[in-house]
Amino acid sequence: MSQPVLGAPLDRVEGPGKVTGRIAYTADNDIPGMVHAVVVESTIANGRIAAIDESAARSAPGVIAIMTPRNAPRVDARKVDANDSLLFLLQGDAVEFDRQPVAVAIAETFEQATYAARLVRVRYDVRPPTTALASGERFLPDQIFGKPAQHKRGMPEDAFARAAVTLKQTYRTPTEHHNPMETHATIAQWTGDRLTIYDATQWVFGVQHRLAATFGIDPKAIRVVAPFVGGAFGCKGQTWSHVPLAAMAARLAGRPVKLVVTRPQMFGWVGHRPQTEQVVGLGAARDGTLAAVTHDVLSETSMSDEFVEPSVVFSRDLYAVPNYAMSDTLSRLNISKPTYQRGPGESTGSFAMESAMDELSYALGIDPLELRLRNYSANDPDSGKPYSSKRLRECYAAAAAQFGWSARNPKVRSTSRGRMLVGSGMATASRATHRSPCTVRMRMNADGNVLVQCGTIEQGTGTPTVYPQLAAEILEIPPERVRFEFGNTDLPAAPIAAGSQTSGSVGSAVVVAARRMRELLVSHDGKPPADGFEVELEDSPPPEEAEHATQAFGAHFAEVEVDPDLGTVRVTRFVGAFDGGRILNAKTARSQMLGGIVWGISMALFEDTRYDARSGRIMNANLSEYLVPTNADIPDVEVILIAGDDPFANPAGAKGIGEVGICGSAAAVANAVYHATGIRIRDLPITPDKLIR
Amino acid sequence: MNPFRYERAQSGAAAIAAAQHDGDARFVAGGTNILDLMKIHVEAPSLLVDINRLPLSKIELRGDSVHIGALARLNDVAAHPVVRQAFPMVAIALEQSASPQLRNMASMGGNLLQRTRCAYFRDVAAPCNKRAPGSGCGAIGGENRMEAILGTSERCIATHASDVAVPLVALDAVVNVAGPQGSRSIVLSDFYRLPGATPHLETVLVHGELITGLSVPVLPFGARSTYLKVRDRAQYEFALGSAAVALDIEGGTIRQARLALGGVGTVPWRPRAAEHDLTGAPATRTAFEGAAEAALTGARGYGMNDFKIALAKRTLVRALEMVAA
Repeated sequence: MSQPVLGAPLDRVEGPGKVTGRIAYTADNDIPGMVHAVVVESTIANGRIAAIDESAARSAPGVIAIMTPRNAPRVDARKVDANDSLLFLLQGDAVEFDRQPVAVAIAETFEQATYAARLVRVRYDVRPPTTALASGERFLPDQIFGKPAQHKRGMPEDAFARAAVTLKQTYRTPTEHHNPMETHATIAQWTGDRLTIYDATQWVFGVQHRLAATFGIDPKAIRVVAPFVGGAFGCKGQTWSHVPLAAMAARLAGRPVKLVVTRPQMFGWVGHRPQTEQVVGLGAARDGTLAAVTHDVLSETSMSDEFVEPSVVFSRDLYAVPNYAMSDTLSRLNISKPTYQRGPGESTGSFAMESAMDELSYALGIDPLELRLRNYSANDPDSGKPYSSKRLRECYAAAAAQFGWSARNPKVRSTSRGRMLVGSGMATASRATHRSPCTVRMRMNADGNVLVQCGTIEQGTGTPTVYPQLAAEILEIPPERVRFEFGNTDLPAAPIAAGSQTSGSVGSAVVVAARRMRELLVSHDGKPPADGFEVELEDSPPPEEAEHATQAFGAHFAEVEVDPDLGTVRVTRFVGAFDGGRILNAKTARSQMLGGIVWGISMALFEDTRYDARSGRIMNANLSEYLVPTNADIPDVEVILIAGDDPFANPAGAKGIGEVGICGSAAAVANAVYHATGIRIRDLPITPDKLIR
Repeated sequence: MNPFRYERAQSGAAAIAAAQHDGDARFVAGGTNILDLMKIHVEAPSLLVDINRLPLSKIELRGDSVHIGALARLNDVAAHPVVRQAFPMVAIALEQSASPQLRNMASMGGNLLQRTRCAYFRDVAAPCNKRAPGSGCGAIGGENRMEAILGTSERCIATHASDVAVPLVALDAVVNVAGPQGSRSIVLSDFYRLPGATPHLETVLVHGELITGLSVPVLPFGARSTYLKVRDRAQYEFALGSAAVALDIEGGTIRQARLALGGVGTVPWRPRAAEHDLTGAPATRTAFEGAAEAALTGARGYGMNDFKIALAKRTLVRALEMVAA
């Protein structure tokens, strides 16, 4: 072959279909006889439903049924495992958060269902809600991802007390909602006792499993299809209430039902990044060597579930710190259950830890980059395991050179451009790579064309492009001769497309299957027989993979301009360099990093879900008042990929790249704002009011 | 949204007649505000009278005034050479409004009647004296970072949302209205009502009256003007504070000033005392700061929006410096 296939910046095969609208997302599908369901959500955050008057709604045009706690089919709303949560399926009258489903209007058209939903009158017995982090009942969760909620290594208290320089600060990150471009949507169709579900999900098998438990039926009787997913970022990782509600509505109506979650409802029952309050303590020698790090996190959870934002992971697993202590405390609030959002843990934890490292650098008079290098860890500092690969030093060097870091005046408030104060800041990126068992089926036809089947999903990451590319590399055929079939439960089982694990899990299974296919091919003198070859296998991480810690790394450098009078901040330059192991496609990988950085800028400057403390109601549940960046807010972002093999991570050699871009990027912006102004903002987002105080 | 009737008016008289016969009728032009409010159930008109066919889109110089038809789209006004030459601050305010897509749809008459973005006004589950008189003001004691600091009352602190109304107030623009009782002209600063005890009454228009256009008197020094808008993000966002400034300066002395503030008032705010203070004053930062203090006289914060008092002063000073430079 003339050109290397792997890593090449191939255009997305799914791209033209997406930009021309040819590709159908869940809500684009219509089934004959289908009707529409619209969720009525609570307008209070705590209390009980006293009465529901659905008479006006029931007599509205086109209405088939109004589903309320009175007539809703009885189902099992309880969680099926620790990662799952209680669902709100009209099985009772308790209301524990704003925008909880309380009824569903079912009508012939979407417009009729929307109107009927509006006519449902719900009267509540209201109790005062608690939505402030400081006010909730506090408790230590039983575990966080199988580890204790309190953990230490070495003697952190002694080391902190004896350190030459110490720093202890509190950092806050607000509630943030995912808001992928595609809102959640479900289509449900019963055929006797068999159920077909179209769903915007990151895991068709998860939906299958959850619905089987909810309805008490065999998972094999449920077929779940996720045609294309229009962004997810974690909020489509679990099966939320509207999915079974759609199936319940379909049963009540006796017709297939489409249920589309509206944009304001995206702030309801479909998850969010929880607010955190993080106390970071650093103890260091005068030369910047860290002696002790403490990281104590308070984050919110709902009334009926425990979700921990594992912010501590970032500080625990990055720098060479002999003495370390962490704790995770939860605060119970009248909110919907928080969930994973791009870079869960590391995104929020890196803001606190990398802000604190920046503060320490100024306290010691050591360049922020140099301080990181002085605490560079060759091994995972917590487990002591060697990293499967680590090119963080190369990331620092490449990004710093591209940014021109060495030309920076280290003094705060030292640089200006016209009226504007100019500052630059940096931060480290780090994000664990996970891997789960995955099954693929690979078929080579007599003509040499290959079909790869796997029940993973496409959520914008380039699934139909990248895995054929990986198979083609091993089979030494052009990638256009490989087709990838994905997105339904008839296909071999794949793990959830989350946690930066899909390249490692699906990719590795594709690699192992392609290698076996290649052996078959060699044993047949390079020519498949008339009925072709088929390979189906489950690939699981072997025990020896656990001998290494697998983490993606990176370095962020940001430049900002701050108007000293008006407090406005504009990011003017951003350079990021990343170690993601083997890069499968340079174009889709770059897009992942760009997206992560843009979201980090958004986290630094804009995103903030606002609750009215009296009513517990979210007051900015729309994309006008819940701010995300416009193009004008984002400068040219330069992404450098420090590519290289990773022989220990997994057969694909790929570390997770979907989330590392957001980890640390908000801190780089905050650190640049400090360098520009001398004002340290420890609670996100950094808005003009905080800078003109 | 609720079911409603829809009529396309073929003449101004027909539009007015149609509205007059239905107390819950609303006119619709670009629809960028009324349709939004209908979808969130803040508005539930029984009849929408579409006025887009009416010949009210002209932008032209008529004697000493620039006439802007009520149906002129924001982008067309912003791009018009007469507007750009005579009052740059109007063009800038328009260009900083909404998004290009919305500006292609939104009409000038509709923009003057744009409703507040107050979160309590827009949430039918929340109390709001403007939407549901007597239900209380949710913003006082609530999430009020974006709310007004000038012209507020104990019943309402909702910020007026329009950008272009800010320079238009400074320019003494006149609103031309046709209605069941005939035509009349209202100076824009008299057009808006302070919330007081009746925040649901926002203008002096009576039901059935239709804005036909604006007459903006040409200001001899209008070319020396700007509009400065401060907001949380760079585009597509309402103002934390804004200032429209036009200055007539000769030999370093201000002969006349026109000022208005946006994003801080319950109505587009014309600080006449500050204009008076600047008349005859040197064009210096000290004078500008004095004017800014005068402009914010009586300003009151409600907690989360306290910063707007300082920000509005700094915004006005910066705008004055930009025009004086």
